[in-house]
Amino acid sequence: MNVHPQINRFGEQAILLQWDFKITPENLFWLLGIKEFIAVELFKSKVYIINTYNSLLINYDESIEYIYDDLLSLQRIDFQNIKPSIYTSKLYKIPVCYDLDFGLDLEELALEKKRSVSEIIYLHTAPVYTLYFMGFLPGFLYLGGMDESLKMSRKKEPRKSVLKGAVGIAENQTGIYPKSSPAGWQIIGNSPINLFDLNSEKPNIFNAGDRIQFYEISKEEHAVIREKSIQNKFNLRAETNV
Amino acid sequence: MSEINVLQPGFYTSIQDLGRKEFMHYGVPVSGAMDNFSAKKANLLVNNQENAAVLEITMTGPTLDFQTQTEIAICGAQFEVYLNNSLISNSRLYTIPPKSILKFGALQKGFRAYLAVHGGFQTRQVLGSRSFYSEITEKVRLQKGDQLPINVVNINNSATNSRVSFEDKQLWSQEIPVYKGPEYDFLPSELKEQLSRFSFTLTPASNRMAIPFQELMPNNLKGIVTAPVLPGTIQLTPSGILIALMRDCQITGGYPRIFQISEPGICRLSQKKPGESVCFRLIELPR
Repeated sequence: MNVHPQINRFGEQAILLQWDFKITPENLFWLLGIKEFIAVELFKSKVYIINTYNSLLINYDESIEYIYDDLLSLQRIDFQNIKPSIYTSKLYKIPVCYDLDFGLDLEELALEKKRSVSEIIYLHTAPVYTLYFMGFLPGFLYLGGMDESLKMSRKKEPRKSVLKGAVGIAENQTGIYPKSSPAGWQIIGNSPINLFDLNSEKPNIFNAGDRIQFYEISKEEHAVIREKSIQNKFNLRAETNV
Repeated sequence: MSEINVLQPGFYTSIQDLGRKEFMHYGVPVSGAMDNFSAKKANLLVNNQENAAVLEITMTGPTLDFQTQTEIAICGAQFEVYLNNSLISNSRLYTIPPKSILKFGALQKGFRAYLAVHGGFQTRQVLGSRSFYSEITEKVRLQKGDQLPINVVNINNSATNSRVSFEDKQLWSQEIPVYKGPEYDFLPSELKEQLSRFSFTLTPASNRMAIPFQELMPNNLKGIVTAPVLPGTIQLTPSGILIALMRDCQITGGYPRIFQISEPGICRLSQKKPGESVCFRLIELPR
């Protein structure tokens, strides 16, 4: 693995750092360590840094004033010796209703995998997923750690619209649509929680490095939690030190 | 505080400032004025901060009823614009008397106009910006009957004839300056050559999120692991469609990012109608 990234300008207002390392929780925490180092040690001017699986994007408000200095400082970082982030992960348990009314593709997936629907649900709820970053839609979580045996390609024809909270699978990824949206993912359930809520003090509670686990709820429980979520009275269970 | 009443909204009129970069890590798009050169210019004319909220007017314009006296300027696309039935022009400052009607008529040049008012539109700021975006702000675009809050200003004999000599001839150019994108080097040389020689036509599916082009560029490029994208990133899909991501684009994507449009280039592209075509000129970023 090459610890030194490719460092390139990305348009006039951003610098992109790219690695070719494997997507693992250990590498994520190292990437987050670099992100913190760059944010704290390197930049006096205001920048917004986002991470994906193996990139960091440094966004400036305007054109980059001291581009040569900034590129040089980045090139000189001793990446090898940067410590992984010491962020304390939280574990969030997210309720999902796998009723067939929500799980539009659940039976098809079970058929394809030659398993029962309840085995599919078991395989989806068993792992502890890692949150790598958010993107695609406000509050959409990019999770790693799905059971390989659930791997499934996207729908040939994307649906024009799926419900807010739709839980889907695409390739080796699983995720929740934070709002109603056109969707190409295989839909297996629905979560009644708000992933991104402008009415709460903090619109988003998750951070890269957090852990996520799904647990099965009935249609009735889904309706109750949905109602509480609308009134902002449902709190996700979070546990630290996992 | 006073209001501007929206008598007719126009095809797609929205409030925009320079957007919200601060919340990209939540997956929130940057948004902001598509042609921010013209938005900044309009703000400059009415003596606003360049980030003040303006109206972005697309293809057909609104009819607005001003309750109070204010100052306005219109930049970007040229419409026939009537202030109380007399024609006014772009890129200059006008004092609007109380109880005035501002009516946008036929589009003459370009695609998006920017209307700045003194002090900026005072709609609610969400996540540090007033730029409309679905489910971030209450509205996505203006509707008939909307009331837009603006500050009441005392205008005592200000320089109503002031003009800004911002050079904007380039805004109408067909040539879009682009930089190499992160996956540019994976393009085979004949594809690179075609991309620099061909013209590309904006399709009717173009909007604030993305502009897909009509001409197909068959390719064997592999998809990438989901990675950052920006407004101005040009992606090439496996089916050969070139897609220019615009201000409301998502913050990550999985298609090869072959070009990054320069900031002036994003503004130029924002002034093209579906059906018009552009060409890409590769330029180098100093480093």
